[in-house]
Parts: sequence; C-alpha cells; structure tokens
Amino acid sequence: MDFRFDIVVEYAPFFLKGVLWTIGLSLVGIVFGTVLGLVIGLGKMVQNRFIRLPFDWYVHFFRGTPLFVQILLIHFGVMPMFTAQPNPLVSGAISLSLNAAAYIAEIFRAGIQSIDRGQMEAARSLGMTHVQAMRYIILPQAIKRMIPPLGNEFIVLIKDSSLAAIIAAPELMYWGRAMQGQYYRVWEPYLTVALIYLILTLSLSKLLHRLERRYDA
Amino acid sequence: MIQVTNLKKSYGSLHVLKGIDVHIREKEVVVVIGPSGSGKSTFLRCLNMLEDFDEGDIIIDGFRLKDPKTDLNKVREEVGMVFQRFNLFPHMTVLDNITLAPMKVRKWPKEKAAEKALQLLAKVGLQDKANVYPDSLSGGQAQRVAIARALAMEPKVMLFDEPTSALDPEMVGEVLAVMKQLAKEGMTMVVVTHEMGFAREVGDRVLFMDGGVIVEEGTPQQIFDAPQHERTKSFLSKVL
Ligand SMILES: Nc1ncnc2c1ncn2[C@@H]1O[C@H](COP(=O)(O)OP(=O)(O)OP(=O)(O)O)[C@@H](O)[C@H]1O
Ligand SMILES: [Mg+2]
Repeated sequence: MDFRFDIVVEYAPFFLKGVLWTIGLSLVGIVFGTVLGLVIGLGKMVQNRFIRLPFDWYVHFFRGTPLFVQILLIHFGVMPMFTAQPNPLVSGAISLSLNAAAYIAEIFRAGIQSIDRGQMEAARSLGMTHVQAMRYIILPQAIKRMIPPLGNEFIVLIKDSSLAAIIAAPELMYWGRAMQGQYYRVWEPYLTVALIYLILTLSLSKLLHRLERRYDA
Repeated sequence: MIQVTNLKKSYGSLHVLKGIDVHIREKEVVVVIGPSGSGKSTFLRCLNMLEDFDEGDIIIDGFRLKDPKTDLNKVREEVGMVFQRFNLFPHMTVLDNITLAPMKVRKWPKEKAAEKALQLLAKVGLQDKANVYPDSLSGGQAQRVAIARALAMEPKVMLFDEPTSALDPEMVGEVLAVMKQLAKEGMTMVVVTHEMGFAREVGDRVLFMDGGVIVEEGTPQQIFDAPQHERTKSFLSKVL
C-alpha cells in the first residue's frame, strides 16, 4: 500500500480550518449544553409531576433518538422555519447543544441525588434555607462527583460533532470526506481525520484527569 | 417550650402517628422509647418540620409551626438536631462544619463563630480535631462534633434521634457523657434512645411509644419500675 503524504499535505490547511470548527462546535455544545442541562436537570427534580413532565420528555427524546436524526430534523426541518438559508454550523451547534443538554441534565440530577439525604436534613436542621443548603453543602459535593461523567460527555461531544459533516458543516470530518471525494482514496483522509480526533480526545481526557486530581486533593 | 396536640401523620395509607399529645417544659429532658417502627423518629422530625404532618398542632417557643406566617428556618435556628448517622459535612473541616451555620444563618463574623466553635470542641473534648476532616474521626468523635455543630447555633431545644445506635459499644459512653453534661446545664432535650440506663439517670420524663401513640408516660421510676400497660411491660422485658 502506498500512502500519499502529498495529498495530506495539500489538505492540511483545510484540516486545520476543520479542526478549529470542530473545537468550536464542541465548545459551544459544552457551554450551552451545560447551562441548558442544569436548567433541565433542575426541572426534572421538581416535585410537581406536571412541571416535571416536559423536562422528562425532553431527556427521553434527545437520549432516545439518534443524534444523526436530530441533526437532520433541526437543519432541514426546524431551522428553515426561522431562516431561508440555514447555516450548517449553526444547525450543528444547536443540535449538539440540545443533545448534550439531555445527557448533562441526567449527570446533574444523578450527581445531586447521589448525595445522602442526611446532608440536606442536617443543613436544614441548622436553619439554612434550601438555597443555602444547596450552595454550601449539596453542590460542592455533587460537583466533585459530576466531573468524571461530564468529562466523558465532553469527549463524546467532540466525536459526535463529526456527524455535522452530513449537513455540510465544514468541520474536520467534512474535509475528510471532501478529500476522499476528490482523490478516491480511503486511508489518507480517514486515517488523518481519525488521528486528529484521537489527539483532541486524548488531550481533553488528560486535562480532565488533572482537574479530577486537583479536586481530590 | 414545646406543645404538641393531636399530632397525626401518614405515609400514604400507613398511619405512622395517630394523635400525639405532649407538653415539654423548659429545661426538661424527655426520653422517647419504643419498638422499631413505632414512629419515634417521625415524631422527632415533625418537631422541626423535617417532616410535614397532616393534622394537629405543634407550638415551639411561641411559634405555631403550621402557621403560614411562621418562618420555619427561624424555628430551626432554635431547635438543634443530632442524627443517628451524624451527617457531618464531609467536604469541610470539623471547624468549618461547626462555624458554617452560625456564619451563614446567624450572620456572625468569622472570628466570633470560630471562637465559639473552639469553645464547644473543648467542651466535647475534641479541641485538637478542629482542622481535620470528618472521615478521619471515629464514630464517637464524629457524633460529638455533630453535637457541637448543633450547639453552635445556641438552640433552645436539642433533639436527638438514637445518637448512639450507630456507634461501637466502647464509644457510646463518650457521647452519653456529653449529653449528660448538656442536660445538667439545663438544656431542653428530647432524646430517642435505646439506652435505658441513660433514660433512667438523665430523663425527667419517659414516653413509651408504640403503634403511633404514646402508650404510657411518667418518670423513669414509674415507667421502668412500675409500668402500667401490658405493651410497656412486654417491651421493657425485651430490652432490659
Ligand atoms: N419516608 C417514609 N416513607 C414511607 N414510610 C416511612 C417513611 N419514613 C418512615 N416510614 C415508616 O413509618 C413507620 C415509623 O417510622 P419511624 O422511623 O418513625 O419509626 P421509629 O420508631 O423511629 O423506628 P426505629 O426504632 O426503627 O428507628 C415505619 O413503619 C416506617 O417504615
Ligand atoms: Mg428511628
């Protein structure tokens, strides 16, 4: 097998641009997914069944259907309701954020509910309000437990952003496919793309590992 | 100090408290005994509204708990609680465990809260543990810290729910000693316990609960030496 490094070099500027969009999409997904996920997670913990219902179904839908399908629905179905020419990067970012929010909502809920009930009771018995008990007692303990699964979700997000290639969002995978289409070569584009994803996810997991250790100390 | 009238509470179809009436005076030490599942914990937890109740009334220090105008957080400031499983905050040092509520709830300055905390730690014999984390404490030490934490709010009443039941036998004494001291200083206390020796020695009054009601109450001598009801007799014959 001959590996044509020359076409990899030729595509390097596109891969660079693509990787920046991949990082961008993932970051947007992480930030908006976390904020929205917190809101939905809190919504899922409301006592009232009727208030809880929409939050429950949000999570059911986004976890229970493929992200691939969600991206197509959002880009070709939802976005055209707002704009004649949907931007694939925007559609991709929205899909990833909405999808990540569902998983992150579950991470928040599980993290908070994993804290022993006695902690809240002790805090309330000392006269603290619910908000004070959450802020000083429950969340500091819960966040520590949320870091590993959140990190996991962030890594998933980087990989899943590749699905935005299907709506021609010019992220990393898009350029891999473009190169494949131009030269009818398999190994060069896809191995290169795989290697770049690997570098991204390994770097992130190393970073998260450091964060976890710092929190443990 | 505490006036309970016709207190009723159910979990679904399970009637846990079926009408409790009791008046607890200032500086009184009331010990609650009774078989497992009789509603002792539920009764205690209703006293600071950790558990809402269905019927009846509780008035503590002039506050009617069911009155919508009553600020329950204010009431809880005056009612300390000690739990079977300590419930110390594991992410904070012993000192921070004790100073947190005085600082955040009572708005004391840090120095005042710390001074009070060290004073209380000395009182429970743990002044050298101020800067350690709870997971390095033995059960008996943890429970003494939990008592100090509750006392730091300078409550008017202290509730104890089986404070020694989770402890190894050799540590029970050190916790009971702290409680005895507290009783001697005139703290109003409601204590759920299986320590009959403590009940006899420290209790001003003993309530025997069974099936969600107070079956019998009286001085420790009356309850332990001359129980009137069959159920009291059979319970005591099993635990004494
Ligand atoms: N949150 C709850 N939901 C449903 N049932 C409960 C709940 N808490 C307590 N119960 C039930 O209420 C009854 C009384 O419980 P409680 O804890 O007050 O008893 P207890 O006298 O403290 O017993 P023990 O000596 O075992 O601590 C039990 O049958 C218990 O199963
Ligand atoms: Mg109990």
